[in-house]
Amino acid sequence: MIDWEPLLLTFRLALVTTLILLVIAIPLAYWLAYSRSRAKLIVETLVGMPLVLPPTVLGFYLLIAFSPSGAFGQWLDSWFGIRLVFSFSGLVIASVIYSLPFMVQPIQSGFANLPASLKEASYVLGKSRMETIFRVLLPNIKPALLTGTVLAFAHTIGEFGVVLMIGGNIPGKTKVASITIYDEVEALNYDAANTYSLILFAITFTILLLVYAVNKRYFK
Amino acid sequence: MLELMLNKKLHSAGGTMRLDISMDIKRGSFVTLYGKSGAGKTSILRMLAGLFVPDQGKIIVDDETWLDTQHKINLKPQKRNVGLVFQDYALFPNMTVLENLEFALSKTADRKIIKDLIEVIELGDLQSLKPATLSGGQQQRVALARALVRRPKLLLLDEPLSALDSEMRQKLQEYLLKVHQEFKLTTILVSHDVPEILRLSDYLIQLEKGLIIRQETPARFFTKQTNAKLLSVERLKENYNLSILINGQVVQLNIPSIEFEEE
Repeated sequence: MIDWEPLLLTFRLALVTTLILLVIAIPLAYWLAYSRSRAKLIVETLVGMPLVLPPTVLGFYLLIAFSPSGAFGQWLDSWFGIRLVFSFSGLVIASVIYSLPFMVQPIQSGFANLPASLKEASYVLGKSRMETIFRVLLPNIKPALLTGTVLAFAHTIGEFGVVLMIGGNIPGKTKVASITIYDEVEALNYDAANTYSLILFAITFTILLLVYAVNKRYFK
Repeated sequence: MLELMLNKKLHSAGGTMRLDISMDIKRGSFVTLYGKSGAGKTSILRMLAGLFVPDQGKIIVDDETWLDTQHKINLKPQKRNVGLVFQDYALFPNMTVLENLEFALSKTADRKIIKDLIEVIELGDLQSLKPATLSGGQQQRVALARALVRRPKLLLLDEPLSALDSEMRQKLQEYLLKVHQEFKLTTILVSHDVPEILRLSDYLIQLEKGLIIRQETPARFFTKQTNAKLLSVERLKENYNLSILINGQVVQLNIPSIEFEEE
């Protein structure tokens, strides 16, 4: 029988990451969709970087930043007693950055595709910006929210390079399924690797299938 | 009732132009803004609603200053209480007709207004439907009702009937006249449609390239544009027969003697 811990850890990581991303991505996507600030172009580019950057590059710089021998890592350690290298919290932060575009971009285009008159109508009817966001804008971009959430979740499950750089493979703490598969292959345990792979394959397939099915019905 | 001075450089497809207008609108009047597209009509409505800020300007409604760039006053759209009917209606797709109306109701307001509006604008059968399932004319009525929930003093209509067929237009013009009187509104309409303007409004302001070029009653405005001439008056037994030349065509009018002599 295989060890379930890496799989559980993977889903815990994906869940925590997705929840944090939802909180961060909605205001960020809103700002990117409606702001006319010049900084927008830079921020948009930065958010999109993880799409093209090798995960190892991101992992490498996070490793440097979080390392207790560096200035930032030292400050975190002495002020808060937090060590982000080779820890679950470090993995969460890295995953949030790594999966950010997968959450932000669908929500941003969801906002951008809504007719501007909806927002304006709500304002003219006396509703504040917050009330407009929660009662008018978000309910009308549900498919985009769902797509972003699921893509971020699935993408975090598939993470490898970043985790390897910053998390290592400490069982129960940072050894997620993708790392375990790599380990098993290295140790020539193809059967175990195959089992993990099949499980990941089946789960991600089901998730994506559900999303596409739901979104199709939504647009009809 | 409404004192308006607006000045703003506008960028449009045809280059830049300067909108520079001032007008005074009486309480209870039904004013049409008339002019080619790109003349600045929609911009004026948006500035009144607070969705668009002029470079310089002043908007005073019933002694309440909504905008005064000189004194840095600019009330947010939320504080202005105008009813605005958008060209695309802007109904909230996630809400039913009733929910769209309820959304507009402030927490302290009396719910009775919704009942009244549903009755006046005859929305009873549509209440539980979502906007996407409604026809254009029905959506238009909902948008009109929703704009009136907050009991605005000022109703702004941005070419509200342009997407409807003529039969629907007539029906909706009736609703517009009805609510204009019943809710004692001051209404500003953007329209191109001559019969519609004649039927609804009592004052017309013509705009061209951001400037007001003419303003008077619609009847007089459109009369002067045609070249009409009385050709002859012929007395018959009970009637007078008038021949009138309009735009190169002769029109015969038959009027009973009694009516003619009274005039």
